[in-house]
Amino acid sequence: MADFQRLAPEAIKHFRQGPGFWVKLKLDPWLLILVIAIMAFGLVVLYSGSGASEAAVNKQLARYAVAFLGMVVITQINLRRVQRWMPLLYIGGVLLLLAVFLFGVEAKGAQRWLAIPGLPRFQPSEIMKLVVPLTLAWYLASRPRPPHLVHVLAALVLLAVPVVMIAKQPDLGTALLIGSSGVFVIFFAGLLWRYVIAAMVLGAAALPLLWIGMRDYQKQRVLTFLDPESDPLGSGWNIIQSKIAIGSGGINGKGWLQGTQSHLDFLPETHTDFIFAVLAEEFGLIGVCLLLGLYFLVLVRGLIICAYAAHPFDRMLAASLTLTFFVYVVVNIGMVSGLLPVVGVPLPLVSYGGTSAVTLMASLGLLMSIHARRPQRI
Amino acid sequence: MPWSKMDTQRKEVSQFKTRLWLALLLILLVFAGLITRLVYLQVVQHERYVTESNDNRQQLQAIAPTRGLIYDTNGNLLAGNRASHSLALVPEMLVGGRRGIDAALAELAQVVAIDADDIKRFKRRLNQPRRPFSPVALRFQLDAEEIAKITVNQHRLPGVRVVPELVRYYPMDDGFVHALGYVGRINDRELAKLDATNYSATHHVGKLGVERYYEAELHGTVGRQTVETNARGRVLQVLDRLEPMPGQNITLFLDAQLQQKAVQLLAGKRGAIVAIDPNTGGILAMASAPSYGANQFVTGISSANYKALRESADLPLFNRALRGRYPPASTIKPVIAIAGIDSGIIARNFSIWDPGYYQLTEGGRLYRDWKKGGHGRVNIHKSIVESVDTFYYAISHIMGNEPMANYLARFGLGQVTIADQPEATQAVLPTKQWKRINRNASWFPGDSLNMGIGQGFLSATPTQLATMAMVLANKGQWHQVRMIKAIDGKAVNKVSDIGRKDPAQPANLVLKRSSDWNKVHAAMVDVMHGKKGTARGSGANSSYKMAGKTGTAQVLGIKQDGTYDAAIIAERFRDHGLYIGWAPAKNPVIAIAVIIENGGGGSSAAAPLARKMFDARMLAGPNKDSKGGVNDG
Repeated sequence: MADFQRLAPEAIKHFRQGPGFWVKLKLDPWLLILVIAIMAFGLVVLYSGSGASEAAVNKQLARYAVAFLGMVVITQINLRRVQRWMPLLYIGGVLLLLAVFLFGVEAKGAQRWLAIPGLPRFQPSEIMKLVVPLTLAWYLASRPRPPHLVHVLAALVLLAVPVVMIAKQPDLGTALLIGSSGVFVIFFAGLLWRYVIAAMVLGAAALPLLWIGMRDYQKQRVLTFLDPESDPLGSGWNIIQSKIAIGSGGINGKGWLQGTQSHLDFLPETHTDFIFAVLAEEFGLIGVCLLLGLYFLVLVRGLIICAYAAHPFDRMLAASLTLTFFVYVVVNIGMVSGLLPVVGVPLPLVSYGGTSAVTLMASLGLLMSIHARRPQRI
Repeated sequence: MPWSKMDTQRKEVSQFKTRLWLALLLILLVFAGLITRLVYLQVVQHERYVTESNDNRQQLQAIAPTRGLIYDTNGNLLAGNRASHSLALVPEMLVGGRRGIDAALAELAQVVAIDADDIKRFKRRLNQPRRPFSPVALRFQLDAEEIAKITVNQHRLPGVRVVPELVRYYPMDDGFVHALGYVGRINDRELAKLDATNYSATHHVGKLGVERYYEAELHGTVGRQTVETNARGRVLQVLDRLEPMPGQNITLFLDAQLQQKAVQLLAGKRGAIVAIDPNTGGILAMASAPSYGANQFVTGISSANYKALRESADLPLFNRALRGRYPPASTIKPVIAIAGIDSGIIARNFSIWDPGYYQLTEGGRLYRDWKKGGHGRVNIHKSIVESVDTFYYAISHIMGNEPMANYLARFGLGQVTIADQPEATQAVLPTKQWKRINRNASWFPGDSLNMGIGQGFLSATPTQLATMAMVLANKGQWHQVRMIKAIDGKAVNKVSDIGRKDPAQPANLVLKRSSDWNKVHAAMVDVMHGKKGTARGSGANSSYKMAGKTGTAQVLGIKQDGTYDAAIIAERFRDHGLYIGWAPAKNPVIAIAVIIENGGGGSSAAAPLARKMFDARMLAGPNKDSKGGVNDG
């Protein structure tokens, strides 16, 4: 394993110590510290973004506690042992999506929620954020690599079914995240470059088709993104106000709880999708760089875990989860700062809301689980 | 594990790691892109966004000054301000912005009554230039119930506001409008003329009368404040504030009690009463009937009501006191007599034999006296007491146009001498030149005869006749005729005291023999108290002496219109009754002119009203202020 040592030289020291305290706990201290730091910073911003609501912060804290618990539980599972259950999970997930389609609860013009008596209301699409990469990783791990075209196509079908169902709810943000998680699995399965390039060309060619398939409000969002000033008081409002909030924050920011854009209601969704604008307004470029730095460290740590992973299933899954986290960050910040059209993607571990926190923590739990079960060498 | 498989695995791992490095590169590039974007927004464009953020939250608001109050001479409030709630929309804040206006109006109509008229006017206001996020008025004078209904439904009426404002209110409305004028909402034409800054928060402007003339003094100076608002336009805090300067309060000579008396005397009639304090020139009463309520004009009169006022045959909107041109008839006889004797053309003991008519030439047209058979031997005294037309035919024939016109002008005819009533008209004091220009004809002796008895081309407004009565009563002494007595407690003797232009005013008339005044005064006293005085009925049973002169004006040339019925036509051809006079006869405190349209003779229609006005002035309660000193309460 000389290669391995050459690629991750700092690991040598670690190997000498043997399975340490954290390995026994199946937790990764680096990810833990980073996640807690992001959450702590996030709660500070959330307090401001929710209009100085202690209740909102407390509620979010409780959700984080649940999410932590879920994460710890997941780390204790050896994924490779439960691989064979993946098809069942997948089928169950798709059935739940079907149930949403048939009996789902509608909110804000979209049918995303499922209310099963005795359980809290939940979005099956959130579960699919984990199930889809798990299933694809299982499928491709048990096939020859680099994957044959036929297996790639099969994987794409497995991916397309939930993605299309979710996009039709409609929930473009989640569909985008799940879609990219699947694409990452296929890419890290070793998809030949010629296929990668062909897919890119095809994807570009298919953009007009995507446009035709979009709903009016989705088209409107794209148009607004291209020219927000065309409807400054209507659909362009959010993006204009969010840019004003970010820009007026400057380098040092206006100070905690001092953001006029957020506190005087010019900025929409200050505690959910647009919370980044609150952060940028109140903490300025310094706060922005701090958060981006923390995210970057999470991503680097995720890539290191990928590098340590020995089993193809682990590798594909870890790389997909890490890069999906990256997509979260980029899409949200890109949207809030006016680089991307408005798509409902929360800022990971900062935005108010339980489901995304639980799935994000679960995916970090999967990463930790993979890392705890990396090959140990003394 | 076979070596070949190991080898593939090795290859796969190394390929995977290559892709991880690529992923890291992608992450670095994209994060660099994000940071670049944020640096662009937060550093490069920072200034711009700070400005936009401040523009968002800070608004400069103009604060309307409180309009100055108007008091009568005794400190009674004539024009005040009261709180009124209007319903307004902020178009930018409606669902769907300006495009959502119709939907919002429909929604609103379910809560409060809005008629087509309101909507029409609202749309007109909407198209006027205005600041973004400023409310546009839809309805005025909401009652408590309507305000409550709107408040309860506020959640489903975004962009709908109940705006409190101070609006003009005339507590003694009926019959005061022709003296005070009124304020109304600023229209496009006025908007173009007014100082845009000073009127930026003002919705009303003086439209007529005193309210219009003293607009500059009454309005005050606008204040301003910078406020912090939230996205829904709600004011959260005032950042800085410059208080508005309220308008100045104005005290008029007008005596509310006397004015009400005049209004009451004119009830059911068409006509005017103007009373002046001869010691000051101040207008004590100025009534024109029929009248109308001014309060309805402040918040916008409905089209139907306005149409009714405009189309009424009795012309309630017409200010007869200031703009009614009436033949003064016999009321000018004392002035004609003065003209004759003071110019030296007529001897002081001049007399004629009156057969009941006058002829310019033997066998020519008969100019008839009002009394068939005539008055016999008539001198100046008798000519005034009995109002002998024949006498005035004779002396005006001798004098011709010029002396009469000159002397009448010294009493204010043919010119506007009232300082602060912008609507006042000069009527017509005919001269030879005037006839040449306006009638393209020479002045004929017959014209002089008509002029000598106050008919023909000569016309005068009730205000001019009251002014003439004042100058007569004062023996030629003038005062500026005006409404204003004081401003903010400071006496105003002339409008030039407050920087306005005084109207041209004739010099005091000094007769060559001042005893001639006494001669005329004595005759005018006998009009009221003499055995044959034309107004003896009105002068009887009084504790004080008064002086006066009646007049009866023939009505000519009313246009016949098919829609009038015969009874109305007949009524409209009756003579106008006129009266001028003062009381008491010595040291007068009131000079007056009364005109009753189609009321018949001056003795029966006008003089009794004047007597009641005299009584009201002379005999009313102790709270009298006849010397016109400033009452600063």
